Amino acid sequence: MELERQDYDVVVVGAGGAGLRAAIEAHASGARTAVVCKSLLGKAHTVMAEGGIAAAMGNTWPDDNWRVHFRDTMRGGKMLNHWRMAQLHAQEAPDRVRELEDWGALFDRTADGLISQRDFGGHRYARLAHVGDRTGLELIRTLQQRTVALGIDVYMECTVTRLLTGPDGVTGAFGYWRESGRFVAWRAPSVVLATGGIGKSYKVTSNSWEYTGDGHSLALQAGATLVNMEFVQFHPTGMVWPPSVRGILVTESVRGDGGVLKNSAGNRFMFDYIPDFFRKETAETEDEADRWYEDKKNNRRPPELLPRDEVARAINSEVKAGRGTPHGGVFLDIASRRSAEYIRKRLPSMYHQFRELAEVDITAEAMEVGPTCHYVMGGVEVDPDTEAARVPGLFAAGEVAGGMHGSNRLGGNSLSDLLVFGRRAGLAAAEHALMRSGRSELPDDALADAARAALAPFDREGGENPYTVQHDLQQTMHDLVGIIRTEKEMLEALERIGELKERVANLSVEGHRQYNPGWHLALDLPHMLLVGECIARAALERQESRGGHTRDDFPATDAEWARTNLVCSLAGDGSVALTRQPLPVMPAELAEIFEESA
Amino acid sequence: MSYDATFRVWRGDASGGDLQTFTVEVNEGEVVLDVVHRLQATQAGDLAVRWNCKAGKCGSCSAEINGRPLLMCMTRMSTFGEAETVTVTPLRTFPVIRDLVTDVSFNYEQAARIPAFAPQARDADGNHRMQQVDVERSQEFRKCIECWLCQDTCHVIRDHEDNKAAFSGPRFLIRLAELDMHPLDVTDRRDVAQDEFGLGYCNITKCCSEVCPEGIHLTDNGIIPLKERVVDRRFDPLTFLGATIRRRRRGD
Ligand SMILES: Cc1cc2nc3c(=O)[nH]c(=O)nc-3n(C[C@H](O)[C@H](O)[C@H](O)COP(=O)(O)OP(=O)(O)OC[C@H]3O[C@@H](n4cnc5c(N)ncnc54)[C@H](O)[C@@H]3O)c2cc1C
Ligand code: SF4
Ligand code: SF4
Ligand code: FES
Repeated sequence: MELERQDYDVVVVGAGGAGLRAAIEAHASGARTAVVCKSLLGKAHTVMAEGGIAAAMGNTWPDDNWRVHFRDTMRGGKMLNHWRMAQLHAQEAPDRVRELEDWGALFDRTADGLISQRDFGGHRYARLAHVGDRTGLELIRTLQQRTVALGIDVYMECTVTRLLTGPDGVTGAFGYWRESGRFVAWRAPSVVLATGGIGKSYKVTSNSWEYTGDGHSLALQAGATLVNMEFVQFHPTGMVWPPSVRGILVTESVRGDGGVLKNSAGNRFMFDYIPDFFRKETAETEDEADRWYEDKKNNRRPPELLPRDEVARAINSEVKAGRGTPHGGVFLDIASRRSAEYIRKRLPSMYHQFRELAEVDITAEAMEVGPTCHYVMGGVEVDPDTEAARVPGLFAAGEVAGGMHGSNRLGGNSLSDLLVFGRRAGLAAAEHALMRSGRSELPDDALADAARAALAPFDREGGENPYTVQHDLQQTMHDLVGIIRTEKEMLEALERIGELKERVANLSVEGHRQYNPGWHLALDLPHMLLVGECIARAALERQESRGGHTRDDFPATDAEWARTNLVCSLAGDGSVALTRQPLPVMPAELAEIFEESA
Repeated sequence: MSYDATFRVWRGDASGGDLQTFTVEVNEGEVVLDVVHRLQATQAGDLAVRWNCKAGKCGSCSAEINGRPLLMCMTRMSTFGEAETVTVTPLRTFPVIRDLVTDVSFNYEQAARIPAFAPQARDADGNHRMQQVDVERSQEFRKCIECWLCQDTCHVIRDHEDNKAAFSGPRFLIRLAELDMHPLDVTDRRDVAQDEFGLGYCNITKCCSEVCPEGIHLTDNGIIPLKERVVDRRFDPLTFLGATIRRRRRGD
């Protein structure tokens, strides 16, 4: 078999914010480091992030500090977050942002010349470091340029299809070059997964073709575990019209900068959906909400800036009740509230996106928006300090890791998560590799098996086309495991996923191995199905509603479930096994923070 | 609402290829990339194309549409007549890998040659202080999504393959300009701009600025000021003439 072989201390799978930050740190710790990614360098999902990076730097509100950020994050996640991750995240994010400036990032400034910070849902203070509404581009470009300047090896347009393991844990990874279809194997004692999310399994999504849950699935297959998989975030504001752009994100900054949601009767309906959990900290009248933008001390937050799960459910209900827009969304209006100049300055790419793709001028008319699948809170179960998974030598950071965001992520907390935990994962992966003396040989049979599996779709003839199977999976997840869930529908979803698995085992692809998207999709589909099964099984098991998991048949939160995590692993027969696991207990000095007044 | 369009798509690889004609459905509001995806899903499963964001943010889906360098995800089908044939070909300046996918490694090689950013020290409290007006000049260039459309368009490398050895293309000239204008950077890149990145090859035709999907004024705000700065030490006939209208800039 023709096979390219490479040797490293640390192989990072993924070149988004988490992967690049991990690689930079591993390299700085003296590890020979490689980064592997499916797209060209700089095109990972992180590039699409718009609003900002959450970090309690206190540049605009001196009262802000890590304790407030920690509290907001835990409450946003309905207290299911791993407290230690939320703590480290809140404490370290400011330094991680400042460090980007030393690498060339140029954030928007305050009048004093400091990094400017903007308002976002669920954050008590204006806290998001940003560059207009293209913060992700700034973040990835800065890390990319740093990676290149350090001379770290990058394998771009290269897909990992298997992790290789031995008795002592990780031994390397196997993949193919997209351009040529040729195989490559990396021998490495440490592998960091930074593969991002799963949103491509849903029909309406803000996520790209890359988000097929590869890292989630590779981790499971290597013997690691996933936590919180039932929690999928539907962002309240995706585009709804025209159909071809349905799902494309409309950043939360629109609301952070003053935009409001209205139904077809012109009412700011969010005032009707304030849950008791957040009542004390949410404005009761439109006047109070409007004053809050200028005076946060004496006024409470507008309900439009409640955490995303609350807003997405409210929009869903308004549309169901017949108060939606002509195209089945609600109105997001900033035109009547801010000057055209302000809007173009603060939201340039939203302005451009709506003008070009929907022929809507957002400085003159309202946008039509509705929920879109955006982010997966669930992911690889890791040790909070080192991001080590349950398999020695395997680490995970960024969206592919679980625990940090509990049942719902606050906006802006992902980009900061990438930096904080990417760095920690890179450090721990380098330490692990340098501790390990000698390298394990990669067994020939494991390599041959990986190659055989990858080529199987070419061997079959007359089978189904992978695009049809993907379409059916997306429809299934959208219809049956979406924002609002019931037992009956999820049982049906699991049955359909079972059928789709059989169809995937029999599909065939046309053409040859050189840059063949049909083949690539055929290899992504098993990951998508495995992840879909994890989501459906965990969602079926959790008989309550919390954060990004809403059960029509169990609409309330439940005290027992408040103390319980669901953990997925792979059983011997390839099926998904679920275990209930008690939530880690928060130490008293952190628990106190929640006694302090809101 | 929906109609059948005629699409001609270049298919082939490094050894050659040709335009293939398809009849394909087009629906309201769609962009060229939607139609290419429909071809993939229904008629040509192995049609090679790059894309990620589908919203003009990642710079992956560059191609030439009816001969014009454009992002496929931002080119609406409503800009063509229903009877008009839409021809999609790969970027001409770079070697084809397959179908609409080209080998853009030239650009990544240029990026690796850029002398790295080197910041001045932080203030005593650990912060850098910069004024918004000062960061905005470099921020314009940092909007670049690396779609390589400017690289594809610039005649210096589009029409003269040999120039690639001496000229890095507009994207990297504005990267140098960005660092040159960066309030924190302390490195002087004027010599390398001229000697190693081929600044002198640019004869200010402004074609790069015209195709940039981010609306970056590459020539007026980046390349010309950089040429002016180089003129401080050197003689460059083009900017020598332009130098009389030169503004004073930071560090001068
Ligand atoms: C439109 C949009 C706007 C957003 N805005 C914000 C925001 O304002 N603030 C915020 O905090 N968050 C935001 N988010 C969320 C945030 O951008 C993502 O969660 C985050 O960027 C994920 O980063 P990552 O490093 O984990 O993964 P990614 O950036 O997605 O990178 C994943 C990498 O893994 C690679 N990969 C995957 N599978 C494989 C494989 N099998 N082999 C090799 N490589 C592989 C991919 O090629 C890619 O390089 C937004 C998300 C979207 C979609
Ligand atoms: S202005 Fe210069 S860089 Fe731009 S296209 Fe013309 S010659 Fe090329
Ligand atoms: S400068 Fe403009 S055209 Fe050139 S690569 Fe950047 S975004 Fe594309
Ligand atoms: S797909 Fe990202 S720019 Fe077109």
